[in-house]
Amino acid sequence: MIAVRDVAKQFVLHTQGGAVLPVMAGASLTVQAGECVGLTGASGAGKSTLMRMIWGNYRIDGGSITVAGVELAGAEPRAVIALRRGTLGYVSQFLRVVPRVPTLDVVAEPLLALGVDPAVARGRAAELLARLNIPEPLWTLSPTTFSGGEQQRVNIARGFIHVWPVMLLDEPTASLDAANRAVVLDLILEAKARGAAILGIFHDEGARTAVCDRVVDVTGFSVLR
Amino acid sequence: MSGFNFAYLDEQTKRMIRRAILKGVAVPGYQVPFASREMPMPYGWGTGGVQVTAACLTPDDTLKVIDQGADDTTNAVSIRKFFQRTAGVAVTERTAEATIIQTRHRIPEAALTADQILVYQVPIPEPLRFLEPRETETRRMHALQDYGLMHVKLYEDIARNGAIATAYAYPVKVEGRYVMDPSPIPKFDNPKLSNSPALQLFGAGREQRIYAVPPFTQVVSLDFDDYPFEASKAPHACDLCGDPGSYLDEVITDDQGGRMFVCSDTDHCATRQAAGHRGRLSPMEAAQ
Amino acid sequence: MSDTPLLSVQDITKTYGARIGCTGVSFDLWPGEVMGIVGESGSGKSTLLGCMAGHLAPDSGRVVFDTRDAGPRDVLAMREPERRMLGRTDWAFVHQNPRDGLRMGVSAGGNVGERLMAVGARHYGQIREAATDWLQRVEIDAGRIDDKPRQFSGGMQQRLQIARNLVTGPRLVFMDEPTGGLDVSVQARLLDLLRGLVRQMGLSAVIVTHDLAVVRLLADRLMVMKDGRVIEQGLTDQVLDDPQHAYTQLLVSSVLQV
Repeated sequence: MIAVRDVAKQFVLHTQGGAVLPVMAGASLTVQAGECVGLTGASGAGKSTLMRMIWGNYRIDGGSITVAGVELAGAEPRAVIALRRGTLGYVSQFLRVVPRVPTLDVVAEPLLALGVDPAVARGRAAELLARLNIPEPLWTLSPTTFSGGEQQRVNIARGFIHVWPVMLLDEPTASLDAANRAVVLDLILEAKARGAAILGIFHDEGARTAVCDRVVDVTGFSVLR
Repeated sequence: MSGFNFAYLDEQTKRMIRRAILKGVAVPGYQVPFASREMPMPYGWGTGGVQVTAACLTPDDTLKVIDQGADDTTNAVSIRKFFQRTAGVAVTERTAEATIIQTRHRIPEAALTADQILVYQVPIPEPLRFLEPRETETRRMHALQDYGLMHVKLYEDIARNGAIATAYAYPVKVEGRYVMDPSPIPKFDNPKLSNSPALQLFGAGREQRIYAVPPFTQVVSLDFDDYPFEASKAPHACDLCGDPGSYLDEVITDDQGGRMFVCSDTDHCATRQAAGHRGRLSPMEAAQ
Repeated sequence: MSDTPLLSVQDITKTYGARIGCTGVSFDLWPGEVMGIVGESGSGKSTLLGCMAGHLAPDSGRVVFDTRDAGPRDVLAMREPERRMLGRTDWAFVHQNPRDGLRMGVSAGGNVGERLMAVGARHYGQIREAATDWLQRVEIDAGRIDDKPRQFSGGMQQRLQIARNLVTGPRLVFMDEPTGGLDVSVQARLLDLLRGLVRQMGLSAVIVTHDLAVVRLLADRLMVMKDGRVIEQGLTDQVLDDPQHAYTQLLVSSVLQV
């Protein structure tokens, strides 16, 4: 479902005199349906950079990345938008939402965008929030006021509300307590059992061994010295 | 009559006004700009109507002038005298005898004929004025038939008053094309605008506009499906001639709450009384 | 995915004498897409918006819109009545200042109903029903339907302007700094409202703004303009997270975290 072939990435820093900073070359990996692959490597080795290229918010400067058969290198924005709407899910480390929107609606939004009936979407959102131990009185509040751990769980609920065939997980279990961490790992295993192709970054080694079928070390792709 | 050209205006000016009238007749409801002259009377006293009348008058014409239906009010009397002095034409108070009728704010009750011209005095010719103050924009709206705004005015009326409360100067659409202000006639008179055998001319002196409704032209009052146009009047009969269907003026007769309703069209009322019709407060009835 | 862009802007150039308003601008907007145009004051974004929306006549170029009846047509070559009809049916324009987009002397209900009446609605009850419905959709109490806009707060005026524009179910909305001039909490509510409406109605939109946080939350795609030229365009988060052009990098790095 995810195929990364010989991908290269560089940054041109115009604000620093046009310095060209190559960061990655020859990156290749694949993720099959029903498989969970973990990215490893030291901090700064390029795990997040690779994830972002697959998500589409970093440009691909060489090679090819296909997700569910769609080529992302040089893709038209609308192709990426369509892919993100129904096929490709992403749980990032940061929650980015319109302030003042109730948590329940924030979580339901991916389903609303797919045209699911609002009542059904909110019901599903409520289920996930309950499962992730977000107290019900908070559901009508905006998550912008929540603690880091609560925001992270809202983000996860949002990321798992739709049955994405391909999922990207960026540190989904960071800053969670043991009970919530277990819930998240269950969610990942359920998604995998449904046949989702999952690529994740897990610093927590326990989590990684619990869900990942194999790991790919990105250190070899890094060209930073 | 010495010292004046016939009907006060010089011939070149009359030709200019006639050209505007002809254009107005050719494009019913369209406001034709014209070079309005200073007249020996203040703006608001019918300078537009007077210029149109002057341009139409011939020595053989018989002129009638009414002000809100009456032949004997200041405005009507002074304009009638003006043309008696400057044109020497015959004048009359009888609608049926007149060939040109200049009117302020009424259409006579008697049906008009193909031999007659009705000249309206118009204060503000632009029906969109109070909704869109820019003349450049209202002209464009007319050109493009962009008339949604006119219904906004009626909408506001219903929202505020529960019914279309516009009682005079009620907007109309002429021959399915131009929205037109019929001058401040009561909406009771609006149906008479449509399909009239007489030529109807409108003159606005201060605003320098002339427009026209040629004979047998369709004139429709704007309305909503669920709030249809109604030609309303006071629910009484004339207290002098007993006519249940004419447009009425309310006259306060004392400070005890006494009042009477009389025809606003004085010629109509007088003609009916002469034919023996009587109302609730007719002098003869009262004498009996 | 549709194969016909809803709006295809082709090589639009507009100059003011020797000064360039915008030059050589081309892009396709697809059904349901929201595109942001950012750039500093004088970068040509408002000129471009004016040219697309028919408020300004460009010197050259084409603005092709996929009309309901006749398919793709060059809006600039249309006759004025046709363009006006488009402007009150399939197109909408939300001004930065609600006073430019509302009739301040007409009640809220009349403001919303005007577009309906302009396209021939002649049933008062139905017009009022539609106006009531739309006031509620933009979170204005239906009890205020007969109040004039000048009795409303700035945020309410802007929401009223949006209702007035969307009542005829347009397919394309142009917005000029729709959240400019509003304080931050009001902005947030408006952004959420716009997002919901875009989603429910499947609207396409072009939003001109200088606020990168607004485009981050509203726009699928982003176009960056400088000195009348498009210097970078692409997916919104790609342009913001991985800017390629020197000016875009400067722009992104010089705002507070978005």
